[in-house]
Amino acid sequence: MKKNNNMKKTNIFSKFLAQRETSVFLIILVSVIVVQLIQPKFLNISNLKSIAISVSTDGLLAIALCLALILGGIELSVGGVAAMTCVLTGYLCLSGINIWVSSIIALACGVLVGLFNGLMISKVGLPPFIVTLGMMNLSRGIAYILTKGSPLSLSGYLPESFRFLATGRVFGVPMIFIIFVIVAFIAHLFLTKSNVCRNIFYVGSNEEAAKHSAINVDRVKIGVYITIAILSTLSGILSLGRFNVATPELSVGAETTAISAAVIGGTSFTGGVGSILGTVLGIILLKVVNSSLVMLDVSVYWQNFVQGAILILAVTMDYVTHRDTGKQGFLKSLLGSKKQ
Amino acid sequence: MSKEMLLEVKNITKQFPGTKALDNVQLNVKKGEVHALCGENGAGKSTLMNIIGGMYAPTSGELKFEGKKIAPRTPGESQKIGIGFVHQELSLCPHLTAAENIYIGRLPHNRGNINFSQLWKDADEVLKRFGANFSSKELVSKLTVSEQQLVEIAKSVSLDCKLLILDEPTSSLTDKETNKLFEVVKSLKSEGISVLFISHRMPEIFAICDRVTVFKDGAYVNTMEIANINADDIIRAMVGRELGKLYPPKSTCIDKKESIVKVRNLTGKIFKDINFDLYKGEILGFAGLVGAGRTEIMTALCGIDNKQSGDIWLKGKKQNFKRYGDAVEQGVCYLTEDRKKEGLFLEMSIKSNMTSANLKAVSKNIWLQEKLEKKLADNYVKQLSIKVAGIEYPIKSLSGGNQQKCLLGKWLSINPQLIIMDEPTRGIDVGAKAEIHNLLRRLANEGVGVIIVSSELPEIIGVSDRVIVVHEGSLAGELSNPETITEENIMKLASGESLSEEKK
Repeated sequence: MKKNNNMKKTNIFSKFLAQRETSVFLIILVSVIVVQLIQPKFLNISNLKSIAISVSTDGLLAIALCLALILGGIELSVGGVAAMTCVLTGYLCLSGINIWVSSIIALACGVLVGLFNGLMISKVGLPPFIVTLGMMNLSRGIAYILTKGSPLSLSGYLPESFRFLATGRVFGVPMIFIIFVIVAFIAHLFLTKSNVCRNIFYVGSNEEAAKHSAINVDRVKIGVYITIAILSTLSGILSLGRFNVATPELSVGAETTAISAAVIGGTSFTGGVGSILGTVLGIILLKVVNSSLVMLDVSVYWQNFVQGAILILAVTMDYVTHRDTGKQGFLKSLLGSKKQ
Repeated sequence: MSKEMLLEVKNITKQFPGTKALDNVQLNVKKGEVHALCGENGAGKSTLMNIIGGMYAPTSGELKFEGKKIAPRTPGESQKIGIGFVHQELSLCPHLTAAENIYIGRLPHNRGNINFSQLWKDADEVLKRFGANFSSKELVSKLTVSEQQLVEIAKSVSLDCKLLILDEPTSSLTDKETNKLFEVVKSLKSEGISVLFISHRMPEIFAICDRVTVFKDGAYVNTMEIANINADDIIRAMVGRELGKLYPPKSTCIDKKESIVKVRNLTGKIFKDINFDLYKGEILGFAGLVGAGRTEIMTALCGIDNKQSGDIWLKGKKQNFKRYGDAVEQGVCYLTEDRKKEGLFLEMSIKSNMTSANLKAVSKNIWLQEKLEKKLADNYVKQLSIKVAGIEYPIKSLSGGNQQKCLLGKWLSINPQLIIMDEPTRGIDVGAKAEIHNLLRRLANEGVGVIIVSSELPEIIGVSDRVIVVHEGSLAGELSNPETITEENIMKLASGESLSEEKK
């Protein structure tokens, strides 16, 4: 009886440890502690704030990528769409249109982009990689065309109420981070608890089987790509408020960071598996590491290198610990899978 | 004794984390014999084949080949020893020619330049030995499944294999193609090559095999001379108990006045003018060769694929299913012939699989209710006596039979008016087969319309009350009298011949 109880406990414990979210969280914890020991200035308020802010805008894109990957697709145009909507909002605002109206127009454009991606991928049947690769250049191209290549300064044009969304503080917490947390929470809630979002997992896990379960696959896909575009637009508009500048260079390369975050957080590249919590932890890990490099006086040129290394390490660990072949892999035995 | 033995498997045990897949099994294959290996799914057949084929290493025990101890560690090593392996799912490069596939990795060449004329000549020679009527220059993607299989066999034979393992080779072949394969097996035998034949199908085992070895639950049961036994002996050894009747009794409550489905002039891409009725209380069987259009008729009927024209009535009400969802709402469902590709969400839980067609029933507004999900899954697990360790486990952890039962449960949850099952028991062991047949009969008796599509003639004959035969996209005929529902009649109709006078 007692033994049984013990077994159950260790089972729950090992299950907890087996969760991808747990391991990412532990890695974040360890890196924070290590960096803090070397550089005591790491854990000060202003540094934490700057980490939180950089997590927020890229985090929205990471959530978007998480959705795309669960669906079994990919979305490369998130950064481009963010830049396009950021520039569009600024452009409209400079030409005298109210900033809120400008934002809504930009959002509508974002939705149209998402609808276009979704239609091309579902109804026409093109591979998502190609469609969104095209859209990545197309949307950034629009951003360059509107600005003629140089950033538009909006200082003096943006009302305080708009800027508050991006730069304000509530009880010392950056408003932009609060928005991110709310969006992430809603996304998590919908993805785990709503029947509409369960269909994303079904389609990602096996599109044919989803079709044979009377799931409207096309509608699910279009819905997801529109949601992604809305998240990208939100990121773009918040960035406008944050920098006070509409730059076509916004979020260059953000799609790769977003993919990394989602994958580090346990989202499967083959679809059907993934979580918002993991993705959020993934983006936090990447940003913490970036900040650590700065605090430790490592040249910024190392950032890409380290990000890439983390991604490969995370995926390798996952592959080695989860693949099930009859053969006991060297690394697997090293990592000790002593199940009976 | 061991002189005439080609392959000796001695006391092999294979331990996987959590389960013992093989427990002290043995198997002896004589030179030049065709040896059948039987067992229900999960009996350990494929594990043993993977050990012989060099995919897994055994935990203990030894293999002897031509009297010498062997321990192949890779598929390449076992190939070198002289063991050829044709998998159930073929592994060819579809964009290369047959010849290139046969000689893959060892194309004839002069200083690095491929000698194509030599290649075509050699490959054609090998293929001709098996009576192939296609050129070795043909792309593999253009060949039929049975022709592709021939390419695989030719590949193994050209590697001078002494033992050829055929893993359920007939599962996707038509009867004609199966007979052709048997000719090939016989010619291999006459050349002194041993064949290890893995199959569920009794008639095939009795048609070509010399001896049979039966496994059950990872253990060796016995080896028998085919000449001295009948099918019941093998089945008894496989399931370890007497099976009652192989098929459930036929219907006694067919009500010709009450039609469940009426189909008129249904026309689609590869079929035209399909007319039939399904009456209350009966199971209607659709027979025909693979590719005759049976599956396509059914998917068009449900709105999974578009029909070009035609009318469908469900219980007297005319229907116009624009998409599958419309049909499901009216209680019409279709269970696919290809569970893995089109039926299952393999990585997802048993529970999620079972609720996938009916999320509305387990939600309030848009929110999923975990309690309701569990209740639905538990209910059908119990009702269909599905063997599961827990409904949270991924569905891929189940055997084929239990997976199929989960899919049935999934569709029973919509309270179906009409269930269409395509190949209801493909890749399912004998015990689960009978359970599914009985369940279909029970549903029919309760007034649910049941249509089965099957390539297994004994199944069509044993389960259906009435049989419709499809030939090249049209209805070739209908057999409604129990005496006329025979393999000969079905095959005649399926291959385009007509029946003599007593057609009814």
